Amino acid sequence: MISYLVRRLGQAVLLLLIVSMVGFAILYLAPGGPLSQFAAGTDMSQEDLDRIAEQLGLNRPLPVQYAEWLLRMLTGDWGRSYRDGEPVLYVIGSHLGATLQLMLTATLLAIMIGCWIGILGAIRRYSIFDTLATVGAMVALSIPTFWFGLVAIYVFSVELEWLPSGNRETVGDGSLLDLLRHLILPASVLALVETAIWSRFMRSSMLDVVNQDYIRTARAKGLPEWQVLAGHAMRNAALPMITVVGLQLPTLLGGALVTETVFTWPGMGRLFLDSISYRDYPVVMGILMFSATMVLVGSLLADMLYAVADPRIRLG
Amino acid sequence: MTAAPVLQVEDLSVRFRTRGGEIAAVSGVSFAVRPGETLAVVGESGSGKSVTSLALMRLLPPGAAVTVTGRVGLRGKDGRMLDVLTLPEPEMRGVRGDAIAMVFQEPMTSLNPVKPVGEQIAEAIRLHRGLDRRAATEEVVRLLDLVGIPAPRQRLASYPHHLSGGMRQRVMIAMALSCEPAVLIADEPTTALDVTIQAQILDLLRRLQERTGMAVVFITHNLGVVAEIADRVMVMYGGRVVEQADVRPLFARPLMPYTVGLLRSVPRLDLAGRRAGPLPAIPGNVPDPLHMPEGCGFHPRCGDHVAGLCDARLPELESAGEARLVRCVRWRELTP
Ligand SMILES: Nc1ncnc2c1ncn2[C@@H]1O[C@H](COP(=O)(O)OP(=O)(O)OP(=O)(O)O)[C@@H](O)[C@H]1O
Ligand code: SF4
Ligand SMILES: [Mg+2]
Repeated sequence: MISYLVRRLGQAVLLLLIVSMVGFAILYLAPGGPLSQFAAGTDMSQEDLDRIAEQLGLNRPLPVQYAEWLLRMLTGDWGRSYRDGEPVLYVIGSHLGATLQLMLTATLLAIMIGCWIGILGAIRRYSIFDTLATVGAMVALSIPTFWFGLVAIYVFSVELEWLPSGNRETVGDGSLLDLLRHLILPASVLALVETAIWSRFMRSSMLDVVNQDYIRTARAKGLPEWQVLAGHAMRNAALPMITVVGLQLPTLLGGALVTETVFTWPGMGRLFLDSISYRDYPVVMGILMFSATMVLVGSLLADMLYAVADPRIRLG
Repeated sequence: MTAAPVLQVEDLSVRFRTRGGEIAAVSGVSFAVRPGETLAVVGESGSGKSVTSLALMRLLPPGAAVTVTGRVGLRGKDGRMLDVLTLPEPEMRGVRGDAIAMVFQEPMTSLNPVKPVGEQIAEAIRLHRGLDRRAATEEVVRLLDLVGIPAPRQRLASYPHHLSGGMRQRVMIAMALSCEPAVLIADEPTTALDVTIQAQILDLLRRLQERTGMAVVFITHNLGVVAEIADRVMVMYGGRVVEQADVRPLFARPLMPYTVGLLRSVPRLDLAGRRAGPLPAIPGNVPDPLHMPEGCGFHPRCGDHVAGLCDARLPELESAGEARLVRCVRWRELTP
């Protein structure tokens, strides 16, 4: 177990290094660069710009800049936002709650609904229900999330006027009901793709299990079909789903980014896009590293949980 | 062996509709097994042994793609003869695992990997015998002890992967025997095990049978095993019965050329050392279930095959003396 953890953590560190290098290189090679923010709009002289570049260390070679950034990261100094001078970690922290709220709600919805769709589809394979579920999942997976978001806003906010079209709360209200009403649309839109993913994984896991010999053994005992399914099949089929939590984390994060933008949800996704358009590179890099760490830690935790839940697996 | 049969199979046929066409997996199989008797079913891979046994348990995949015809009579626990193939499913569930139970070939995959073995055995006991959890657990301990598992109480919480193949098969046997079935079907229960374990399991089955008087249908490839445990033998080829006899007459004087071939490919201790080279296998391949040969299904591989006779029409399964049946047009001239 210990050696497994050490190995996985080693892999994670290596991956984070690669992510940071690629991210850093893309940002700094992209046209414009952080100074264009200062150059645009204001009437700064070239000298002022050079001075700012000197201060921020932007005039040094890329590898040197990267090394300095890395060293500072390692000592826990994530830098400050170019935009308002706040520490990057503070900026991320103030947006994290909204994102986690959205992702957790969507994931719970998706697991509850998606797993049942998958189980029923597998039990009644090729039935009308299964066919509809399969087509539905294909549609949900192939249509971009922002389109669903826009349609949802158009139908439920603009036309029906049932739910607010954006933000996390009504300014000055902030009651639980108000929070919930704001959460429903973005969480459902984000849950849509997630539900499709969960239902597909659950269906194939269940199909795999119902053809196993031990299911036949359970039937040979004379157990009623629901007991065969609930007592023998579902438990085995649900186990590998734990690792799906880790597998779909990147999709979930990507979906959250889009959903937050469409619904002006004040989370990390919005912050990320805003920071990119402001060329606020310390925040962009910060979010990149933070979410990469989140994904890696999440899937490590999922795998460990799987090992605890499945008596056959000994991590080694 | 004059008691009335506990299991009486008449003209059992199973057909599968597949994409390639219809497969007659089992055709017109009839046999009977009496209490305390062991019927061995032998035949090469694909001859329909497993499909026959699954049909007896009504465990073939449900749906329109499978057609089962014929009659399967099973003596229920109350002494009534049950018509297995027409029994309503809820009643059939009460019979499965209770009056008729099955041990499967693969002890590695036939147990649920994420349930403790104690629980898996207790399930059937609680279901059919209505014992509460405590009493069922005690019964499981007794059964594990009966099938020769050391320290049975400690094994209750073990998962299948903690146990060796032989131990798992003992667990399967304990599970099958838990409700004292009148008929036990064992589908190649020892094929996956190594030879010493195989002998132990056979010995165990024999002792348990003596004790409970159950009838056993024992499916196997291995004629060495047949000689050891069977009272009667049924040889299957391409889904059909081709020979049926008591075990001694069959080994002493096989009538059907296919049976002769099977026996010739068994290693015999009394001939050890005297015969050099590998054992003669039956030449040719198992027939393709989608394209069964006309006439005698065995004729493309049969050394005694006569063109125009053997491939003209299906030979009858005819009586060849007391309690003997054979399906071969030439058996009279071929056997001395
Ligand atoms: N579910 C199924 N669908 C279609 N065909 C099947 C199905 N199950 C079995 N068969 C066919 O039925 C025939 C008999 O198979 P069966 O499993 O009874 O053979 P067997 O004698 O038990 O062989 P083995 O010794 O390999 O276990 C085979 O040709 C097989 O392909
Ligand atoms: S009927 Fe003909 S082909 Fe078939 S076993 Fe007898 S001799 Fe051989
Ligand atoms: Mg078989």
